[in-house]
Amino acid sequence: MSQYYTSTDHFVLIPALMLALFGCAVLLFDFLIFPHPKQRKWLIVFLIIGEIFTGAGLWRQQSFLSSYGLNELTAFNGTLTIDGFALFFNWLFVLLSVLVAIVSYRYLEIENEHHGEYYGLILLAQCGMFFMATGTDLITLFLGLELTALSFYVMVGFLRTQKRSNEAAMKYLLLGAFSSGLLVYGFSLFYGLSGSTKIVDVADALAAREPGDPLVVLAMAAVAVGVLFKVSAAPFHMWAPDAYEGAPTTITAFLATGSKAASFAFLMRIFLGPLESARPTWEPLLIGAAVLSLFIGNIAAVTQTNVKRLLAYSSISHAGYILLGLIAGNETGLIGVAVYVAVYAFMTLGAFLVLVALRRRDLIGEDIEDLAGLMESSPGYAVLMLIFMLSLAGIPPTAGFIGKYYILLALIQTGHYTLAVIAAVFVAVAIYYYFRIVRAMFVSERKETAPLASTFGIKVALAVSGVLTLGIGIYPDPFLRMAGFSLIR
Amino acid sequence: MNLLDLILLLPAAGFLAVLLLPRRNPGAARGVALAVSLAVFVLSLALAAPVWKDGSTMQFVTDADWIESPAIRYHVGVDGLGIWLVLLATLLTPVCVLVSWRHIDRRVKEFYAFLLLLEVGLIGVFVALDLFLFYVFWEVSLVPMYFLIGIWGHERRIYAAVKFFLYTMAGSVLMLACIIYLYNRTGTFDYTSLLAMINAGDLILSRPEQLLLFLGFFIAFAIKVPLFPLHTWLPDAHVEAPTAGSIMLASVMLKMGTYGLVRFALPMFPTAAREFAWWIVILAIIGIIYGALVAMVQPNMKKLVAYSSVSHLGFVVLGIFTFTQAGLDGAVYQMLNHGISTGALFLLVGYLYERRHSLEIADFGGVATAAPNLSTVFMITMLASIGLPMLNNFVGEFLVLVGSAQVDFRWTVFAAIGVILSACYMLWLYQRVFFGETPEKVREKVYDLRPREWAAAIPLVALMVWMGTVTKTFLPPVSARNAEILRQTTVNAEFLVEAPPGARGAAAEAVEVADAR
Repeated sequence: MSQYYTSTDHFVLIPALMLALFGCAVLLFDFLIFPHPKQRKWLIVFLIIGEIFTGAGLWRQQSFLSSYGLNELTAFNGTLTIDGFALFFNWLFVLLSVLVAIVSYRYLEIENEHHGEYYGLILLAQCGMFFMATGTDLITLFLGLELTALSFYVMVGFLRTQKRSNEAAMKYLLLGAFSSGLLVYGFSLFYGLSGSTKIVDVADALAAREPGDPLVVLAMAAVAVGVLFKVSAAPFHMWAPDAYEGAPTTITAFLATGSKAASFAFLMRIFLGPLESARPTWEPLLIGAAVLSLFIGNIAAVTQTNVKRLLAYSSISHAGYILLGLIAGNETGLIGVAVYVAVYAFMTLGAFLVLVALRRRDLIGEDIEDLAGLMESSPGYAVLMLIFMLSLAGIPPTAGFIGKYYILLALIQTGHYTLAVIAAVFVAVAIYYYFRIVRAMFVSERKETAPLASTFGIKVALAVSGVLTLGIGIYPDPFLRMAGFSLIR
Repeated sequence: MNLLDLILLLPAAGFLAVLLLPRRNPGAARGVALAVSLAVFVLSLALAAPVWKDGSTMQFVTDADWIESPAIRYHVGVDGLGIWLVLLATLLTPVCVLVSWRHIDRRVKEFYAFLLLLEVGLIGVFVALDLFLFYVFWEVSLVPMYFLIGIWGHERRIYAAVKFFLYTMAGSVLMLACIIYLYNRTGTFDYTSLLAMINAGDLILSRPEQLLLFLGFFIAFAIKVPLFPLHTWLPDAHVEAPTAGSIMLASVMLKMGTYGLVRFALPMFPTAAREFAWWIVILAIIGIIYGALVAMVQPNMKKLVAYSSVSHLGFVVLGIFTFTQAGLDGAVYQMLNHGISTGALFLLVGYLYERRHSLEIADFGGVATAAPNLSTVFMITMLASIGLPMLNNFVGEFLVLVGSAQVDFRWTVFAAIGVILSACYMLWLYQRVFFGETPEKVREKVYDLRPREWAAAIPLVALMVWMGTVTKTFLPPVSARNAEILRQTTVNAEFLVEAPPGARGAAAEAVEVADAR
């Protein structure tokens, strides 16, 4: 261990190291050890082992912080920071990756695209997410973002023979590259203004400038556009419905939850770090983006007939709610963001998983029509989907309600009454389109289709997301404490 | 865990039990639902005696932490205001199970599961003493009702179910915003501590605050009541709902709105309540007369009864916003009366539908010869609904009219017109359906009451007579709590606007009455 790589550095880096190592190893194993297609399920086991190692690393970091009563642990000369915030998000990523991986087996078989690199890409994407949540340096953050995005560009286009998937990947790649460019442009301005890439230094340098300095505003605007694209907030949401619809459903689930949560972690690191002093300038911008997201997301979702597109628009509107928590900006609001992001991830993942389960050889299972009469053919799935829909709509006693409640509370505490009323009104709109799905499942007549043949993985993943969605709604205390621990201090 | 918790828990357990039953055996679902709902009813009867002795304090209170931060508590209790509504809900659930016994023949298991879940939500609304908990139960009751209408309803059921859901949700989300605002001001969701704060002067809401908060709560409640002009979801929902859904909707669910007005809107925001009272009373009177007039021209029996509900609920709102002891007592009594008599009307209309498979008045005629017993029961119920003395509705309407006369006699005159109109449309309905020529189809299909149908109807008819004659059984706990609420509406209330002189006098009177006790 040298001064460039101390034992602390190593300690902090372990989870990312594990993810990268196992990610690369999966790529190798795919054709060295498990060449036969039937053996690919062992790759899932291997991925889970990798996640266990990652989790062990995170666990050790967490117990280290708590046993020494530390708030944070920095490494690499301040480019990485392990704090409650980073741990909270990383635990979320671990959970999401595992759940996505275990449901993928049968789905990819049906699509005839079962390749080992799929699991490697999941691990690499998660490695990028680690840096997005943990980085406290512009370069590290950006590298994490790009690693995640690059993995997703490939995964979105994973169904090589399908036009839809290719188109989605291309759209996502082009728009994603464009937004990354803008983001980097903003970062370069940060560097020019401060002479450092560490977000602490950038924060000091920006705070020393006059409020409303045009350079700061320019940098802020460029960064904001880049980040809002990543979280798919309106008006930079155009890629989301296409990418969500075209991608393999398992990847859509991961994109809508993991990537989105990581992007919000990234956004919080930037906006509560370097840009905290520029709050008066960015607040109107984010308010506009949030309200527009609520409007476009909710209104456009009403007319969708494809469930994946519908959920894409709903995820745009959820981005609006999460931004509102950031706008409120007090402690409740920031806890609210963490709560909302996690809750959103569980319920959205669950909803997509039901779609994954619906995929059969003869049926794509993505249209609202395809859900017709699900209550009669497979009541278990229908009830789970009902729970996810109620939660997405924010009806108690489900987790989604707790999230909405925190956002509303924060807005009211900080005196943003108009925003609170707008947020509340759109809940009613959202009910309409979520209940179109419920209606199809429970009210419409059953179509003659084969019953669902689900795998163990799908059952476990659905059970986990269902229990979390309902459990957090009924007894939210432990979860809220965890989210409270995640505040950036 | 006391009796009240058990009453909340039992239907919830029944809900799960029915869900887990095998689909192939619908009889088991019926049996379990009936057993559970009857057990809940019997248990809830035991609540009545202690509350009857002392209606103004909360009894069977459980106050436990649910979520530590924000401080949300599982705080439930029952007093003179809630007790009869709880009993109404627990009584009508077994009645609904009986009504649906044959009528519901597909997805039987789900139907009874949703009915039991609905019972949990309804009881919860009437006993919750934590605003947050109240909101949770309020929403919980929405979902099963959506399914009852949406799955087992008639042709346009989906439209009706969605409309019902959206209307209620739009109102209740704003109420949630107001609840959170209150929490933000005081740090508690607890209704009793909020009242204690208001009494102690620790919480003084300024006039604009009160006006906005009151409006937030009021709109949510007014949609549920439903008050003119927010009533348009009601006829659709009623016409499309299955019989059991209509009964629960009309008898218990609409009372959530009026109960909320009395329990929350009045004591917490007295200044605003008094300021808006005049406008609300005008809307209520429009509702009374408009509902009655529209009911008169309906060709569909269920729609007719639905519009008569708009008219009757107008009475309740009028009584509440007189701010007099008589008016408030009448309003609460009228809630119960409407629950019994309109519930019974929907029940009987449902029986007719089961026989003739039509709700159009024109398809009937001369039922009295084909089914004399059914006609007699319908006659009693109809007379109760009109407000014939010795039957229940008369008492409530009389008290409301007395209360309104103490404030402004013009209100009484207009409201009384509504009573006359109600006699018109009901008698005309009865004449067209039960008298006259008996068409072929009616003679073939309409048979008289069967034992199971008797079992569902008898308790309701008995209650109509009982509540119309022995008011003493029901009114004392209600009045005790109402006096308390009236006193509360004068605490820290600033009477900035010109209230009608009578209203102020009546409020002062109410205080004297309360003090005298």
